[in-house]
Amino acid sequence: MSTTHGDRTALRDLWNNLRAAPRRIAAAAFRTGAPVTDRARSSFVFGNVFLHIHPVRTHRWSLRWTTTLGLGVAAAAAFIITLVTGVLLMFYYKPYPDVAYHSIKDIHYVVPTGRFIRNLHRWAANVMVIAVLAHMARVFYTAAYRPPREFNWLIGLALLVVTLALSFTGYLLPWDQLAYWAITIGANIAQSPRELTDALGITHVFDPGGFLRELLLGSDTVGEEALIRFYVLHVMILPLALLALLAVHFWRIRKDGGLARPADADQRLGNAAGISPVFTAGPVKTYHLAAVVEGRTPAVGQGPENTVPSMPHLFIAECAVLMLTVFICLALSLVSDAPLKELANPNVPENPAKAPWYFLGLQELVSYSALAGGMIVPGIVVLGLGLIPFLDREHAGSGTWFGGPGGGRLVLGSAVFGLAAVLAVEAFAIRFGWLRQWYAHMPQPVITAINPGTVIALIYAVYSLRVVKHYASARAGAVALFTCFVCGFVVLTVIGVHFRGPNWAFYWSPAEWPGH
Amino acid sequence: MSGQSQPARSRLAPEPVPRRDLLGMAAWSAFFGSLLFASIGMLRLPKAAVVASRSKKFRISLPRSLSAGEAYVPPGRNVAVFQDAGGVYAISLVCTHLGCIVKPGPQGFECPCHGSHFGPDGSVLGGPAPRGLPWRAVSMDGNDLIIDDDATVPPGTKVKA
Repeated sequence: MSTTHGDRTALRDLWNNLRAAPRRIAAAAFRTGAPVTDRARSSFVFGNVFLHIHPVRTHRWSLRWTTTLGLGVAAAAAFIITLVTGVLLMFYYKPYPDVAYHSIKDIHYVVPTGRFIRNLHRWAANVMVIAVLAHMARVFYTAAYRPPREFNWLIGLALLVVTLALSFTGYLLPWDQLAYWAITIGANIAQSPRELTDALGITHVFDPGGFLRELLLGSDTVGEEALIRFYVLHVMILPLALLALLAVHFWRIRKDGGLARPADADQRLGNAAGISPVFTAGPVKTYHLAAVVEGRTPAVGQGPENTVPSMPHLFIAECAVLMLTVFICLALSLVSDAPLKELANPNVPENPAKAPWYFLGLQELVSYSALAGGMIVPGIVVLGLGLIPFLDREHAGSGTWFGGPGGGRLVLGSAVFGLAAVLAVEAFAIRFGWLRQWYAHMPQPVITAINPGTVIALIYAVYSLRVVKHYASARAGAVALFTCFVCGFVVLTVIGVHFRGPNWAFYWSPAEWPGH
Repeated sequence: MSGQSQPARSRLAPEPVPRRDLLGMAAWSAFFGSLLFASIGMLRLPKAAVVASRSKKFRISLPRSLSAGEAYVPPGRNVAVFQDAGGVYAISLVCTHLGCIVKPGPQGFECPCHGSHFGPDGSVLGGPAPRGLPWRAVSMDGNDLIIDDDATVPPGTKVKA
């Protein structure tokens, strides 16, 4: 800038800079222009902190909707909804007994859009639990847990546990009858190792049950200490744990080479017709026939390894799942209100006192033995799930639905067996009762060891060992066991939700419950 | 850490730990040592030093109209008090299964949560409960009764009114 032209040039420059500011801010934020070439699309992904968890290019197999059914993205989308609505609810919620109940009532009846936000929070939490469970089943049935993805399977298992813990801790916060008695039952399940320590007479020296319960409640009853503990877990510790695990989970998908796909995925996909051009807009290389070879031609016009740019193909798919999840949650929230019962009363239990639906299968088992149904069987299930990738070291069928020996027929057969076994044991227990009804003085350790929960688990284990032998394959046994447990979970959950009434007695329909 | 190349030392005369390495190791071990020490101390944080619940010991007087074997549940308490020819006794109403409040009736006690049932003396007759309902300590104080919901007495312990 020369001094002879004086102030006017400086002012004009200033004016021009001001006019250019919006364009320059955009250019500073997004260093590449519109993503019209593959190079720009790539840098759009890896130059963006929120997008760079994605790969720059995605294999076409991963984009088939039957590969994943979008379940993982749906779970993540539901989590984002609970995160946003949960933070909004925190503005009005007050974690203190009785006050908590009235603040939820305020949210429901007084706070503008409060009812809708609470409904959304509740429905998104339910959708998240369903999506997480279904996502796990998808990964299992496509054998996508195999190396190098074993560690991500474990992270996923931890995410399942944290998701259920988030649901459980959130259940107490409204401080209504349902919440109070569900948490009382939950805390006493934590105390259930006393079933054994009491029977052995060592509770006064070794009391892990009492320790766990006191750790959870901070007191000897469900009171203000328990509420603040559950609140801190629900709004801070567990969401942070979930976010940290989620980051590792997403990152490992990339680092483990994207989604699992069968070895012959490229042949099965065929030519890349109808997708965006790859590399440059025009060809810069020409090919001539050097030799006549049998088999497929070189991958002309296709990206390396049959991939397409993540921008836009992967993002379109993800956004579609996100929109669908949001739509489902919104629709459910408009149709159905989150429940709120009477204020918690520590002297009169809710009858029947039922946990959230996804815990009612466990509650059905707990109604025979607290320790076996509430800790031993779930513990074995989680341990077994965690061991799957380390016991199944086979390769056949990776990345395809119901892959591996046996295939869909094995799944169907196991489902029939699993349903028959759980229905038979439950029908027997409902019709004839169990050990305590026949022998009132039966020692508790016997009942803890032999009850419908452990019997069903044992039948399933024996069945799957036979399948391992028959197919000479650990994968086949895992498929049989997993399918059986899915059937057991579904049947027990349906019994707990629909067929159990006051005093946990069996009723064919809630309409038959005695009036109260 | 030392820059110059040293002649090979024998196993019997190893290279002394350089001073900076020693200081560095001392700093790291002091850091991690104190962190570990503090963390172990803080493990006690979630354990309640004082349990925030009201006293389990309370005073009642039985209603005159109470017939033998009929349960009287003091308001706000989870204990049933009975009176018969043998004397007064109290049985806890907290189910030994999962902590629901059982309902006293003529045939004993019924639990609404998972269907445990107990005899009139609190002994378990069916359902998932691992133990019978505990009997609570009762003592006389003038015309009043003192019930201690924290003190268990052997079943059958009755106090003459």
